[in-house]
This record gives sequence, C-alpha cells and structure tokens, in this order.
Amino acid sequence: MILFNHVSKRHPGGFEALREVSFELARGEMVFLTGRSGAGKSTVLRLITLLERASFGQIVVNGQSLSGVTRRGLPKLRRSIGMVFQNHKLLHDRTVFDNVALPLVIAGLSRDDTARRVHAALDKVGLLSKERAYPVTLSGGEQQRVGIARAVVHKPLLLLADEPTGNLDPELSREVMALFQEFNQFGVSVLVATHDLELIRHLPHRTLTLKDGQLVADSATP
Amino acid sequence: MISFFKRRRSGATPRRRDPVTAVARPVARPAAERSTAASLSIKAYTAQHVQAFFYSLGQLWCARAATLMTVVVIGIALALPTALYLVLEHAQQVGAGWKGGTQVTLFLKQEVSDEEARTLAVRLRTWPALASVRAISRTEALEEFRRLSGFGAALDALDENPLPAVLVLQLGEIEDGAGRLLEQVRALPEVELAEFDEQWLKRLHAIMAVIERAVQLLALLLAVAVLFIVGNTLRLAVQSRSDEIEVSKLIGASDAFIRRPFLYSGMWRGALGGVCAWVMVSLALWLLNGPVQQLAALYQSDFHLSGLSFTLTLWLISAGAVLGLLGAWLSVGRHLTNIEPA
Repeated sequence: MILFNHVSKRHPGGFEALREVSFELARGEMVFLTGRSGAGKSTVLRLITLLERASFGQIVVNGQSLSGVTRRGLPKLRRSIGMVFQNHKLLHDRTVFDNVALPLVIAGLSRDDTARRVHAALDKVGLLSKERAYPVTLSGGEQQRVGIARAVVHKPLLLLADEPTGNLDPELSREVMALFQEFNQFGVSVLVATHDLELIRHLPHRTLTLKDGQLVADSATP
Repeated sequence: MISFFKRRRSGATPRRRDPVTAVARPVARPAAERSTAASLSIKAYTAQHVQAFFYSLGQLWCARAATLMTVVVIGIALALPTALYLVLEHAQQVGAGWKGGTQVTLFLKQEVSDEEARTLAVRLRTWPALASVRAISRTEALEEFRRLSGFGAALDALDENPLPAVLVLQLGEIEDGAGRLLEQVRALPEVELAEFDEQWLKRLHAIMAVIERAVQLLALLLAVAVLFIVGNTLRLAVQSRSDEIEVSKLIGASDAFIRRPFLYSGMWRGALGGVCAWVMVSLALWLLNGPVQQLAALYQSDFHLSGLSFTLTLWLISAGAVLGLLGAWLSVGRHLTNIEPA
C-alpha cells in the first residue's frame, strides 16, 4: 500500500527532515509511526499526500509512484486517501453533516448517496444525533470523531492520521484508536503517527520508530 | 440505520458487480464502491455544476449588502455606455426623420435663358413637395460671382456669361422623398445638374460618428472597469474563504472544483449588474420622457423616447454575465494557486 525506498527530505536551508527512510506498509495493515516531536513523523505523512515532495528516493502509494503524480493528478491521489488531522481541520461555518459530506461533494455524489453515506459514517463514530450541530459546539473528542467520519466517508483504501489523539484525554484516545482498529478490520490500511507510546504499547500492531529523521526501529523486524 | 462498513462488505449491495475481481483482491471491495476515488463521471460533473450554481447564489444571498454594492457599481459602469448608446440611437432617429431645411440646387443648361428659367420656376412652385423656389438669373449669378469671387477682371475678358441660371428649391415636408424628387428634377429637360445640399446632414452624421466612436471607447473602458471590480471582489472572497480552500485541497478537491463557485459568483454579480443597469437606464428614460415630449411638441414633432428593446436588454445582461465570468476567471485562478495546504 505504501512503499518508502531510501527516502530523504531536505528542506531549503539544509535541514534534513528524513534520512534514507525505507519501509513498506502492506495492504490491510495497521501501523503506528512514533518518535519524538520533530523526528519526521509528520514529514512522512506529508510526503505520502504530496504536501511535500521527497528530495531523494522513491515513494509508491497504492501502486502509483508519487514522482509521476503531476499537479493535476494530485487531487485524485488525495481522494484515494483519508486523512485525520490533530487540529481536525473542520470548517466552522458548516454543520457536522456538511463537513463530513465534503469529500463526497468533491467526488460529485448525488444528494441521496451523500446523505446515506454521511449518516452511515456519523453513525459509525457515534455522532448521528449531532449532524445539524456546528463544530464549535462540540467537544474536542467529538470534533476529532467528525474529522474521522470525514476521512472515511468516501471509503478510502488508506487512512492516515497525524497525532489524532494529541489533544484528547486517555479515555477518548483509546476510543479513537479503537475506531481506527475497527476500520482496519474491514480492510482499510491505516498509518497512525503518534508520540503517545503509552497508548499504543498494548495494541497488537506494528510500530515504526523515527529518530532525528531516521528509521531506528521496526517492531516487525526486531 | 445500516452499519457503515457492514454494508460495504455485504454481497447484497445492489451496486456490487464483477465478483471475480472482488475475489481476486486481497480485500473484498467491490469496484463500484470505490468510485469516489476514481475520476469523475459526466453525471457527477453535472451534479457539481448544479451544486456550484446554487451554492454561489446562496453565498451571494448570505452577503446581500456586499453583493448589492458590487452589483450597483457594475450596474453604473454598464448603464453609462448603454445610456449613451441610447442617446446616439435617438439622435440617429432624429437625423433620419429630419424634414425641414434641406434644399436642392438646380443648375440649368447654358442655353436656357433667364426668361425660360423664370417660367420653369413658376411651374415648379406648383409642385406640392417644394416649399419655395428661388430663381437666380444668369445675370444675377454673374453679379454675385463677380462680387464674391474677386475674379471680375477675368470674367470681363470672356465674350459671354459662362454661368448658367440657377434655381434653388426649398424642400417641404416630404417623407422619403428627397431622393425621388431629385430624380424628377433631373429628368427635366432644362436641368443640367441637380445638387442635393446634404452638407447639414453630412455634418450631423460626422458628429454622430465621432460620438459613436467615443461611446465605443467608453464602453471598452467601463468593461475593463467591470473586470477589475469583479476581480477584486473575488480576490477578497477567495481570501476570506482560504480555510475552506485549504481543507478542500487537502481532501482532494481539484482546482476546477474550487474555482467553480467563484466563477459562478462572478457571473451572477455581472448578470445582476446588467439587470441593475437596465433598471437605472429604464428609470432615467422614464424620468426624461415627459420633458422630451414637451420639447418635441414645441417643434411639432411626435418624437418620444423609446425604452430598451428586448434584444438590448438581453445584450446588457449577457454582457454583464460574460464580463463577470471573465473577471472572476482572471482573478480567482491566480489567487487560488497561492493558497496551498501547509
């Protein structure tokens, strides 16, 4: 699903965010990406969604080499990925329903299909009753679950999450992780960047550890 | 409520197709269900346009006051050339219907004597189309020429008077007739040459041609102004929606998708500006019509201001729409690329 082949990312000014990172995430696999702040977790996710481009090395997502994705092809790549952000990135002038519906609107789904899928996604994250609410009226945990609903509503093959539990208490964090696990059980490949080692310690998934831009540990190959 | 993922896995999903590929995949996932990730169908494309069409209208409605201000400014910019065009059109109408003041000069043949010229003048006076006929005898013409030209000495050198007798015809109230009358007098055996004194009309037309060109230039300038008004308005609109644009780009909206509502909104603003211009011009015509008719009555004319024709109205509104769309296109594309998710 994701293949990193000796990937380096050097920022203008010489700072090296990633150095020779190689790993593979199989289809249907769920992987945690950990490390301290600044270790390069976000950079990995940003490279996958082409928010940045790698300086060296090859990245393949869903069988497609990212170096071959042009500016025009970029939206299509992003539509095949679901993304969850630490700060949710919800639109505050729109209802929960409209926020979750956005990927489907972009995909041009009919009203009925959109409503059906949005309801299903909101039901999944337990927020069906809040569909007419505005994000500001929701708690942090609820906002994050709206963000998750939006990330999966168009049924992506790959789900990326950047510090999805960063602002949540342990209880809510566990709930969010359980949601990701549930999606993974239904075949979605999941990559979660998190620095919350305590949270993932007891979860039975592969963990990649980054340190200063280098991959220092992979629980699958001890 | 159907559960989110169960539905997708269930084989009873109506849109499921081609079980072979579904089985062949490591993860059972019907192809049709992934359609959202694939490129857009024509149906989806149309749906997006319809959505942007109404969404942009809704946006304009939400910001009524701001919209109104832009629309009025565009309206004024469109109303000015339209009003001038109408003035021109009416002036042409006046020029075409002009009835008094034109004259025709008849140069008679050399062999026609002053006596015969006078008889012809008498005969012509009976024509209803002519208001008056003035005969200038050969001697009078010579006198006049001698007085005005300063070539008296040269004329003295000639044996005989080289000038023909002349009849000056003042045209009366004739509808289409100046041309036909000219033909008739040319057919007279005594007439050598008949000149229609079009000077006055020629000047009028020349002046109108100048005004017409000025109106065209002004229209061009104001069209450019409309482009900038719409462009600037949409630049602000893009900036105020930068969050939304950023998130949309993040989750895979194409540039075209993001641009679309802005383009529609530019088009709406332009078209509404056209409607606004129509209202302004119509109001002005209505206010002017009374005094104009009073003035026309003093000249015994039934001249009146005609309103904006249907074609002109259509022109006005579509010109507004096209200008709005163009202004939006020029502005939005550039500003959108500046907003990239960080």
